Amino acid sequence: MMQMKINGQITELRVDPDMPLLWAIRETLNLPGTKYGCGISQCGACTIHLNGVPVRACSMPVSAAEGAEITTIEGVASADGGLHAVQQAWIEHQVPQCGYCQSGQIMSAVALLANNPAPSDQDIDDAMRGNICRCGAYGRIRAAIKTAAASLPSTAGEEQSNG
Amino acid sequence: MGKWTRRGFIAAGVATGGVFAVGVALREGHRAPKLAQMVTEEGETLVNVWVKLAPDNTVTAIVPHSEMGQGVFTSMAQMLAEDMDADWNLVRFEQAPAHEAYANHALAREYLLGGASVPGFVQDTVNGAFLRMSQSMSLQITGGSTAVRFTGQGGMRVAGAAAREMLVKAAARTWKVPTRTLRTENSFIYHDASGRSAPYAEFAEVAGTLAPPTQPALKSPEAFTLMGTSVRRLDLAGKVDGSAEFGMDVTLPGMRYAAVRGAPIFGARAVSIDEQPAHAMSGVQKVVNGGEFVAVIADSYWQAEQAVAALDVTWNKTGREALNQDDIDTRFAADMARAVESGREQIDFKAGNARQATDRAPHRLEAEYTVPYLAHAAMEPLNATALVEDGNVQIWLGHQNPLGARDAIADTFDIPTEDITVHNRLIGGAFGRRGEVDFVLMAVRIAQDSDGPVKMIWSRTEDTRQDFYRPATRARIIAGLDEAKQPVSWDYQFVHKHEPVEASDPPYTIVNKLIHYAESENPIRFGAWRSVDHTQHGFFIESFIDELAHEAGADPLAYRRSLLQDKPRHLAALDAVAEASGWGRDLEDGRGLGVAIVESFGTVVAQVAEVDTGGPVPRVTRVWVAADPGFVVNPDGFSAQIEGGIIYGLSAALYGNITVENGAVAESNFHDYPVVRIDDAPEIEIALINSGAALGGGGEPGTPPIAPAVANAIFAATGTRLRSLPLALPSDGVAEAGPAAPRRA
Repeated sequence: MMQMKINGQITELRVDPDMPLLWAIRETLNLPGTKYGCGISQCGACTIHLNGVPVRACSMPVSAAEGAEITTIEGVASADGGLHAVQQAWIEHQVPQCGYCQSGQIMSAVALLANNPAPSDQDIDDAMRGNICRCGAYGRIRAAIKTAAASLPSTAGEEQSNG
Repeated sequence: MGKWTRRGFIAAGVATGGVFAVGVALREGHRAPKLAQMVTEEGETLVNVWVKLAPDNTVTAIVPHSEMGQGVFTSMAQMLAEDMDADWNLVRFEQAPAHEAYANHALAREYLLGGASVPGFVQDTVNGAFLRMSQSMSLQITGGSTAVRFTGQGGMRVAGAAAREMLVKAAARTWKVPTRTLRTENSFIYHDASGRSAPYAEFAEVAGTLAPPTQPALKSPEAFTLMGTSVRRLDLAGKVDGSAEFGMDVTLPGMRYAAVRGAPIFGARAVSIDEQPAHAMSGVQKVVNGGEFVAVIADSYWQAEQAVAALDVTWNKTGREALNQDDIDTRFAADMARAVESGREQIDFKAGNARQATDRAPHRLEAEYTVPYLAHAAMEPLNATALVEDGNVQIWLGHQNPLGARDAIADTFDIPTEDITVHNRLIGGAFGRRGEVDFVLMAVRIAQDSDGPVKMIWSRTEDTRQDFYRPATRARIIAGLDEAKQPVSWDYQFVHKHEPVEASDPPYTIVNKLIHYAESENPIRFGAWRSVDHTQHGFFIESFIDELAHEAGADPLAYRRSLLQDKPRHLAALDAVAEASGWGRDLEDGRGLGVAIVESFGTVVAQVAEVDTGGPVPRVTRVWVAADPGFVVNPDGFSAQIEGGIIYGLSAALYGNITVENGAVAESNFHDYPVVRIDDAPEIEIALINSGAALGGGGEPGTPPIAPAVANAIFAATGTRLRSLPLALPSDGVAEAGPAAPRRA
């Protein structure tokens, strides 16, 4: 049995410790917002935060998350249901088409802005190139990240970098 | 719903709970005998598109298309609300169930397979609108960029207009005033003279007793308040918070999981399976031999996937065990040559006498091009959840053709269609792949061996290797040129002919055309891939016309213009994209601009790509687009589709390459089948043109022009003509030539 904190709740998992975290999150914990896309860390659809760092849940065994704090897409909005600035910007720019990759995209973008409140184009490319979108929403993703950055309280009034 | 027995083209009534519903329908036994004859089977209810008005004044559009990224629920609701004068804030949508009431097989057969278009005598009537709609909605298929141009135009708008007319008539009766003194706005009816107003819902009951109009008047574009505006998508909330339910997310009580391995060589069957390794693993419930595939059912997907990987399967021989990609390409070339030599080429289009004109022309240019197989590689790997219980089948999945899926289950397993329920879910990308039924049948077969429901998930490797592929093809074009190097003939041969039939016909004014193809065995499965045949023909035609322009010493955009004088939409798109891109401006060394224009699915799209050839692969920095779909219903949504079509086509242009090795598909995942990522996504700038032409599609037309635009830009930058996709440049920056350098005479 392994214990970890998932979206703020202490959770116990009784699964094979070698099982990839993705399947434990989806099937055992019934949090299907984190998606399966490739299984080998190539597409980013399964991106979650492990102690605040974006990781690919498809390639991380459950055992590696023992004692960690995990955030999934279901835990990104505030407790009262208010959307995160990144989610709001995603709607403002009408980013999703099919939407399947967007949980992973949003998790990568949230992590980027947590560490870098005013990312340049190069910073955005570096942080987001692990997330594939086959609907081709990349231009909107880039614009939405800039909008979200501008709206975050810590960066209010700061000049936006265009790298 | 007793009111639905009314025969006619528009049905209406009040259903349980006071909901007023209007549908457009063509029913058997209608008084127009010629129309009745088109209904080939008794008892069939034809196309229906419904609008529901609830007592709280909300309007619900019931949309008979699948959502796979194209925003179809929003555009359909938008078109309905426009002609209904509905309050957009009170408009909702529902996906139509997979039921005959929303589709029609007989009419589809008549018009799709027959290749006929709507007969002239009904074209301009409501009846004609329904027939046009049934062409697109046949079998409830989502594909062919049809939703807006057929279902929306012929169904949603008509249903909305009919509902509005009936509500106005009901208000006129209730208030005892003439209908012409009433006006509608935001789901309210106003009688300005008396200052009275009331919501639509107040008149629902009376409206339900009225005869529906046969020809409700549609608004003219000047009166539009919703169509032509970028209303926000209705379905994004769940797509940003993780709650949207895709087929992959279906969960049922007691559900188990299945992982599969399809025959590596298509057509092979599993002759024996050593199951022992799988049974030794925890959680494994059952090994299934499905003939063309094997599967393991387990308590979790991870267990099932590990166990299926551990199976030792012996597949029977197909005779293709030594087949490699080079053999296929060589055979295409040989079959093309043989077809010409034997005179047994399949004629596609013919005008004038192209061969004679070529022989007599003072100049000629010839080139050959190839494109590879492509996989769809949608983000959501294929999956389906099935339950077989007491002879009934239920299946939960995202499918582009839910009725086709149901019928395939019925045919394959000999189960009456009424005992099969298809629960369609959101689709995580499809691009044509989810119109196939292979994975549907596989899930049902597995569920037959399972106690309780089972969710089958394909690994990314399965999704890549068990696809239905955009065919690899080869083309050879020979043009005869006059003294001014203008083309007098176009002799165009290729392998593999699918849909749409017009894709191979160049738009350019050339008097003598011979377009023909050779049959050549395609050893792997063919599938419709975003824009279907336009993907390869767009590349072939738009590359060769660029070569002709160069041969003539002409500007490639001006050269195209000179051959499109009878096509005003093409000229307008070229002019718009020339202006936006600053066509003709000076560029840095290593950079180039390339143009291409393709009309597909009723939409004309011109693109200019800017490339930087300084790196190991050509980098596409910007793309300018001018697109004319006749009228743009939702500019932002349409633009998103064009952007997506370009990125999808660019992935193929730069990287896409599925190859056959030892009879099987070699590629397996995004590391060896790479796609465009954010750092190689160009900036895209789109100019939209409302020409007033018949509505065109949005999902597919963005894709065909990008590969030739990029190849033409590489030529402009480097002087090297790339005639094969993908357009990889070797690391020294010097491009390889295509399969055959142009031969001049």
